[in-house]
Amino acid sequence: MLTTAPTTPAFFPKWFADRQKAAWDRYLAMPTPKRGDEPWRFANIKQLDFSEFKTADATSANDLIARSTGLEQPVAKFVFVNDSLVFSEADLPEHVICLPLSEALVSHSDLVEKHFMKQETRLGSAKFAAWHEASLTNGLFVHVPDNVEVEGTIEVHHWIAGENVVTFPHTLIVTGKHAKVRVVDLFRSADDMSPGLAIAVNDLSAGPGSKLDYIAIQNFNEQTRIIQINETSTDRDASATGFILNTGASWARNESLSSLNGTGSRSDMLSVSIPSHEQEYDQRTFQHHASPGAYSDLLYKNSLYDLSKTIFSGLIFVDENAHHTDAYQTCRNLLMSDTCEANSMPGLEINADQVKCSHGSTSSQVSDEEIFYLRARGIDPVNARQLIARGFSVEVVERLKNEPVEELIIRFIDEKFDRIANPV
Amino acid sequence: MSLYIQDLHATLEDGTEILKGVTLEIPKGEVHAIMGPNGSGKSTLSKVVAGHEGYVVTSGSVTLDGEDILSLSVDERSRAGVFLAFQYPSEVPGVSNANFIRAALQARLPKGEELDAVAYYKSLYAKMDLLEMDRKFTARSVNEGFSGGEKKRNEILQLIMLDPKYSILDETDSGLDIDALKIVAKGVNSMRSADRGFLLITHYQRLLDYIKPDYVHVMAEGRIVRSGGPELAHELEARGYDFLKEPALA
Repeated sequence: MLTTAPTTPAFFPKWFADRQKAAWDRYLAMPTPKRGDEPWRFANIKQLDFSEFKTADATSANDLIARSTGLEQPVAKFVFVNDSLVFSEADLPEHVICLPLSEALVSHSDLVEKHFMKQETRLGSAKFAAWHEASLTNGLFVHVPDNVEVEGTIEVHHWIAGENVVTFPHTLIVTGKHAKVRVVDLFRSADDMSPGLAIAVNDLSAGPGSKLDYIAIQNFNEQTRIIQINETSTDRDASATGFILNTGASWARNESLSSLNGTGSRSDMLSVSIPSHEQEYDQRTFQHHASPGAYSDLLYKNSLYDLSKTIFSGLIFVDENAHHTDAYQTCRNLLMSDTCEANSMPGLEINADQVKCSHGSTSSQVSDEEIFYLRARGIDPVNARQLIARGFSVEVVERLKNEPVEELIIRFIDEKFDRIANPV
Repeated sequence: MSLYIQDLHATLEDGTEILKGVTLEIPKGEVHAIMGPNGSGKSTLSKVVAGHEGYVVTSGSVTLDGEDILSLSVDERSRAGVFLAFQYPSEVPGVSNANFIRAALQARLPKGEELDAVAYYKSLYAKMDLLEMDRKFTARSVNEGFSGGEKKRNEILQLIMLDPKYSILDETDSGLDIDALKIVAKGVNSMRSADRGFLLITHYQRLLDYIKPDYVHVMAEGRIVRSGGPELAHELEARGYDFLKEPALA
């Protein structure tokens, strides 16, 4: 782990340098999570030894730009290698700001300051959020002004290249009143063998009546670890959707916090994880109903193979005045082996009246009757199980209601199932 | 050339014998019907022939055009040409009907060969038209939220698309109103040919008004107790299954 304070480039605004310095002090002062800490229950604390990782410059940029294929026609595309921007193109409506953070910090300093890492990290990784804040050098800043709708999707590729490299991907998306935008982050490794680490933060701020969709596709190599901290806030009548796909990494920790701050607002929290081998995915969520009359719906689905492990810990928290809340939370685990381990800790804390809340988690195996049905149509048992697990995942993907993005996600899902069915 | 079931005995995993020596030959080109009261073993027979792993065949044989199929797995039997239309088709969430049937067809191709997608959809739509199924069924998850009649129509759609040599229809008429029954019958009748054999399992004679069988068999307590022409079905309908208890006329 880095032991000397990162230096903030001189051309960044003073407020940012101050924030980075304060974050570094906080990072040093905070203890590393340990066994027994509630937010790390069931977690594998050993995964938090990051001592061998260091930052690195971009390498093999041309090769990685060529491999940065995603949507057929993104409205903007950015490629970062080890947090350095190596490619960008954009065709966006006027007045939309969609810039690398390093540029936005200079050109739109006040606007970035207004929204940059505003919420306290509450789900366990405050120390790592501080490390991220102190260390980040780049990222993407998207600001869509009032009444502007971005049709299509902004696509951002984050590559880790080299051995024992740590990156700090950062995505900050802000929508104005009645604005609309969709952003996809793709996290990948340049090769299959090099260990890497990403400490990622993505902050979403949905303005009144706006629609903000954020999709993270995590397909790192199986030597890489990631902590991803997501904070979403919705203003009055806003709708925010966050989707996380986990197919890669040896260990991934996702912390997603949605604050429903406006009446009539909506937050959809979605995730599909397909761990195999000894992959571990640790997901912590928080649906915070601060405002009355808001709606949140969480659906996380895991298909677990081999010796893999998942942890889901979710809390719906309804504030005292947040009457007429609708909040739902579902985690479903499909156990595809006898040796996998799925842990679920759903939770609910309601301090208001007239609320509709439900939470639940289920773990099941593919039913014999379902397998029999598919096999009776000539589909072999391996493919039959695969089809069922794929369908189980696709149900979540379809909630995105955007065909090109759904196809992109399903492409990664299919690649993962291929790797499971045909191990090298 | 036939689907030949010979002295078939089968038990549940706990040893309870359900099939107690069933012998039945369905030659290509013929439609046979099995009728019988609940619990007579009709559905079990269909599952055992299809290869359900919840039953143990203790003796007897099943051959398809002379080849033993009891040594084949469920999916191998399907690819060999046996089709079972389920009484209670499973729901498969998240798997679209079109992809499901496509996967079943793909499974019949040699390794490395890809199904022609354009030809597939053309054929699928034509068969759906025949069964008066809305195009939206291609995108819907297999059987999920389908009404009873829609599920049965979907079974027949799969039958037509997979074009098996021998089809076993397990109580396909249950849960169907008369209009749906006619459509299902139309689908099955469209497949009748000298190259295909059918076994209809039904509780009621009504289905047999629309799909005319060549032979009717009555099953009771795990055995075929009587066989005859289509008139046997009418007799059963008129007299009920109780008449089976009377000794058969020699």
